[in-house]
Amino acid sequence: MTERTIYLDNAAATRLDEAVLEAMKPCYFENYAVATSEFGYSQGLQARETLAEARTKIAAALGAEPDEFIFTSGNTESSNLALKGVAKSLGMQNGRRMILSKIEDFPVLHSARVLEKQGIAVDYLEVDGEGLINIEQLESLLRDETILVSIQHGNQEIGTIQDIAAIGQMCKRRKVLFHTDATHTFGRVPIDVKKINVDLITVSAHTLHGPKGIGGLFVRKGTPLSKIMDGGFQEFDLRAGIENIPGAVGFAKALDLITAEENLRLQAMRDRMIAEVFKKIPLVTLNGHPVQRLPQNANITFHHVEGESITLHLDMYGIAVSTGSACFSRSLEASHVMMAIGGDHERAHGSIRFTFGRYNSMEEIDFVVDTLAKIIEDLRRISPLGKTGGASNDISVQ
Amino acid sequence: MTFPYNETVLEHFRNPRNVGSLDDPDGKATEGSPACGDMVSVYINVDQDTKKISDIKFESYGCASNIATGSIITELAKGKTLEEAKNITWKEASEALGGLPAIKAHCSVLAVEGLRSAIQNYEEKHGLVVGKEATTEEIVRKRLRRVMNPMKGLDMVATNLVKEVEVKDGVIRVSVDLPESHQFAASIKEEAKERLETLWDVKKVIIEFAK
Repeated sequence: MTERTIYLDNAAATRLDEAVLEAMKPCYFENYAVATSEFGYSQGLQARETLAEARTKIAAALGAEPDEFIFTSGNTESSNLALKGVAKSLGMQNGRRMILSKIEDFPVLHSARVLEKQGIAVDYLEVDGEGLINIEQLESLLRDETILVSIQHGNQEIGTIQDIAAIGQMCKRRKVLFHTDATHTFGRVPIDVKKINVDLITVSAHTLHGPKGIGGLFVRKGTPLSKIMDGGFQEFDLRAGIENIPGAVGFAKALDLITAEENLRLQAMRDRMIAEVFKKIPLVTLNGHPVQRLPQNANITFHHVEGESITLHLDMYGIAVSTGSACFSRSLEASHVMMAIGGDHERAHGSIRFTFGRYNSMEEIDFVVDTLAKIIEDLRRISPLGKTGGASNDISVQ
Repeated sequence: MTFPYNETVLEHFRNPRNVGSLDDPDGKATEGSPACGDMVSVYINVDQDTKKISDIKFESYGCASNIATGSIITELAKGKTLEEAKNITWKEASEALGGLPAIKAHCSVLAVEGLRSAIQNYEEKHGLVVGKEATTEEIVRKRLRRVMNPMKGLDMVATNLVKEVEVKDGVIRVSVDLPESHQFAASIKEEAKERLETLWDVKKVIIEFAK
């Protein structure tokens, strides 16, 4: 390990901003009371107000009313609540169906898998080579029995951003509920529920230099949703459990600290990363959409080499990234996103995801590219692929 | 901080021995698994008189444990007779490296197979192997011994994942003692199929999971 660390896995977690911690501190040491009913004691009433302020701020960032936003423990819980809560509210019989894209993140995919066992039929939308769904295919899958469409806003791995305005319109016309997982776009790409027809939106603070363990769900007024965890009557009776007030305050503060300038700075890092890699390293493929993509995400396949080998070498230089390689995953399966956009293991095998955040710099990007160039060259030297007369003939490189 | 790889593994990963290929080798083989994605090529030269491996090289398209095992296996095999080299096991390679994480067994076992296949390739070229035999339950089980159970770092036969094997009219049916929704089910299924589909008289491979 080296002294220096360069963290480029900001889609997985982010460094907390000191200002966020400062904003949270009073909720731990000064007024640590839990929010009480309006007939409670002073500290409880104060806590109630603090929570309401945080809620109002976050809801406003979505263009929503305060009572349309509930706090959860993070995006996993939010997506679980969206899918299972709708199914529970509307019932799972009568051939009811849901539609998801094949590249949804695990909270959505695995919630749907559980619902399938309970009687909901799930249709999976294909994506094209750049990760975009096809709106006509969505229309062809919509049936009278379809109760919910769940299509993410920005992809967790390849960064492709879907046209949720068009999807929302289609859902409105067909009177189907629409949930979007905005874990990776919230704060980075604008979403306004006054302009876009969306009924449920999953968000989280952990991708925004906020605390881990706090997220939320936008629930448009009138959306049929049942709570899935039983307990008290918190969060408009949709999410039981003691409110995470420090988390909520931290989430609101984290959102407050994001500026348009910062998003442009992240995008400049992304563009530089991609441009420099393409300039300095041969045989690479950009994964995801070239333009319609998260400002903070670059995902590149380095052909003929394996991702875990790359990440391990990078780790020795203090650089943290992630890969879609099967060798890196907990289930030993190649990334389902990489398989959906290309359908081949080779592209997943050598794919590296770089995600940028507030604490990264252009200088770091240059160092990472130079380090990568060396590592890729070394690994390719020992690879049986890509050599004349070698086994490379059956490997297609875009 | 607990790192999944020990210093010996990391050293071989950083500075792999005997990397590259041999021009016109006496034996060569590429083992690969699209399920994991890793591939290893092994090249050997054999002393005709002593039947000892005089030179050996390897190439790897794989993760750290794949590269490290490729490196150690070339060191272990060099100078050994073909019979001795054939009997080098994954366990011995793993021990020579001071231990590998169980979950990485399936990536690193490829190097061991690469060596065996390169020897087989040499033997086939020199008329040292017998004719084709029909696939039996025993052969299927033997092949499944190359599919690793990522939970244990041992193969799926040794860890009792294989409940039943049936071979009939070119169709192999394997019942696996895991629910289909298990974390590793998809990976095990893909790898098992791949191991069996190459058998010369097999038309179809069906992998079934517990209900």
